[in-house]
Amino acid sequence: MDTSQFIQRDETCWEIKPKGAMRVPAIIYADEQLLQDMDQKVYEQLTNVATLPGIVEAAYAMPDAHWGYGFPIGGVAAFDPELGGVVSAGGVGFDISCGVRTLHTGLNITQLEPHKQALADALYRTIPAGVGSKGKIHLNHKSMLGMLTGGAQWALEQGYGEVQDLERIEEHGCMDGAESHYVSPKARERQKDEMGTLGSGNHYLEVQRVSKIFDPAVAKVFGLHVDDVVISIHCGSRGLGHQIGTEFLKDMAMSAAQYQIVLPDRELACAPLNSPLGKHYLGAMRSAINCALANRQIITHLTRQAVATVFPGLHLDLLYDVSHNTCKLEQHTVNGQKKSLYVHRKGATRAFGPDHPDLPDVFKKTGQPVLIGGSMGTSSYVLCGTKESEQRAFSSACHGAGRAMSRSKATKQWQGRTLIEQLAAQGIIIRCPSMRGVAEEAPLAYKDVSAVVEIADRAGLARKVARLEPVICIKG
Amino acid sequence: MNSKPITPHWEHFEHEADIGIRGIAPTLEQAFEQAALAMTAVVTDPDLVSDATAVAITCTAPDTELLLVSWINELIYEMAVHGLLFKRYQVVIANGKLSATAFGAAVDRQKHQPAVEIKGATLTELRVYQQADDAWVAQCVVDV
Repeated sequence: MDTSQFIQRDETCWEIKPKGAMRVPAIIYADEQLLQDMDQKVYEQLTNVATLPGIVEAAYAMPDAHWGYGFPIGGVAAFDPELGGVVSAGGVGFDISCGVRTLHTGLNITQLEPHKQALADALYRTIPAGVGSKGKIHLNHKSMLGMLTGGAQWALEQGYGEVQDLERIEEHGCMDGAESHYVSPKARERQKDEMGTLGSGNHYLEVQRVSKIFDPAVAKVFGLHVDDVVISIHCGSRGLGHQIGTEFLKDMAMSAAQYQIVLPDRELACAPLNSPLGKHYLGAMRSAINCALANRQIITHLTRQAVATVFPGLHLDLLYDVSHNTCKLEQHTVNGQKKSLYVHRKGATRAFGPDHPDLPDVFKKTGQPVLIGGSMGTSSYVLCGTKESEQRAFSSACHGAGRAMSRSKATKQWQGRTLIEQLAAQGIIIRCPSMRGVAEEAPLAYKDVSAVVEIADRAGLARKVARLEPVICIKG
Repeated sequence: MNSKPITPHWEHFEHEADIGIRGIAPTLEQAFEQAALAMTAVVTDPDLVSDATAVAITCTAPDTELLLVSWINELIYEMAVHGLLFKRYQVVIANGKLSATAFGAAVDRQKHQPAVEIKGATLTELRVYQQADDAWVAQCVVDV
């Protein structure tokens, strides 16, 4: 997009002053190159978000922002219920609480090297991935209820995982305020055979090598050293979240007029936080957060089982679990006043800094781990939350590379089989049920994740700790 | 003067993160059928799918655009819950209500090589309209 549309506030901060129906400014964190490369739709969508009732401070876009649905992907916006603030189903997205978790393996790359193929096979065999895959868990009415209200804590009670996992999951593995009675029968039906499945698209399980440490002190607290092997899991709330998003999007679009909300784009469909519809959505959406947390917990258990077949006796500790499609009630300081705000992060990661009361003791001095997934074949990053991120964008950072090319263009440009061979030549093993799926997820169809992370660091949204390189990628 | 009738067809259109589906046909119903076929083509080549299984679908919405989204979302639900892919559709629309039959078969991962699961139909680029040549166009972006 044309950078002359912005006022450059500092090296990485670009502002659009309020105009028309905008209630607050819109701010994009980027360098000139990333901003130029962003679609003009990001500008349109972000300025539309800035028109919504009760929005506080500004509508923000992270350095990986791209054209989304109503909200740009990489969008952050906070709403004050006392000012008529809203909650938007499109502002959370269909894949509610999609996120990343990273596990330590205790192995180094030299120990893994002779067993790479065996580990790839074991993981691919054990973790259901791709369209049409089903898990071995079947939820009945009672277990569905337990999962929707208990999240990863429920999964733990069912024997999936270890008690020490919980403190390393946002919300300690269980989202408060879940009201499962607002989750429709259809959403439940869609989920009952999908627990412990990875999904498809950009979801993956990746075995990675720590290739660089940027901040040795924080990396030490996070337990990361060069050449360590870690495993990262990227997936969300599966069919349940998709169905909740689908149903509430329609309901909110239909009821906007009733709430006197003028929608510049129907996809921005929202409802007042204090309205019955807004409250029902929050109750259902929080249940979907629990579904995602339970799902990643079960996949963690399956991962531990798969790894044990190749490396018996190995103990996989959780580094952290972050969600990047959420709306959460948080305390933030606005104009010197503490406020309870509903922060939407659509394709953006929470990045609480040091001393934040919600963090476990282990991360009190460092800030929370911020896990940034790359695309197949490219780097991922571990960052840490900063104090200044609170002022920059309600303690938020980017979530990944962000697509640079559409799926149809990618399939015209690359062939799945060739990509797998090229990545194999670089020492990266890909396992995927669909060759077209591989082509659509080609590494070059995404932005350069390193450039995105560099800007997140320079903007103070989060600070670089370590870089991870892929070794094995199980694609959904 | 009679212009050449439009042959029902579908196409995909660009969305940076996801994919747009579009059906173009002489009637609204056929445009909805073609949009649904475009949706199948996001996942697999529709020619690879057989039509042995029939599923009845009904939905309602306050306007034609939300009816399109509801129709596609009903199909996505059937695909997800019953592990199906659809090859062809028969749609009837009357008084804001859609009644349809979708014909398809169970997903065969070897045969269909399904590329991606569709999460939902969005309201992004959602349009249902009649072109100057009288052809109906039904389109939206689906999230994958």
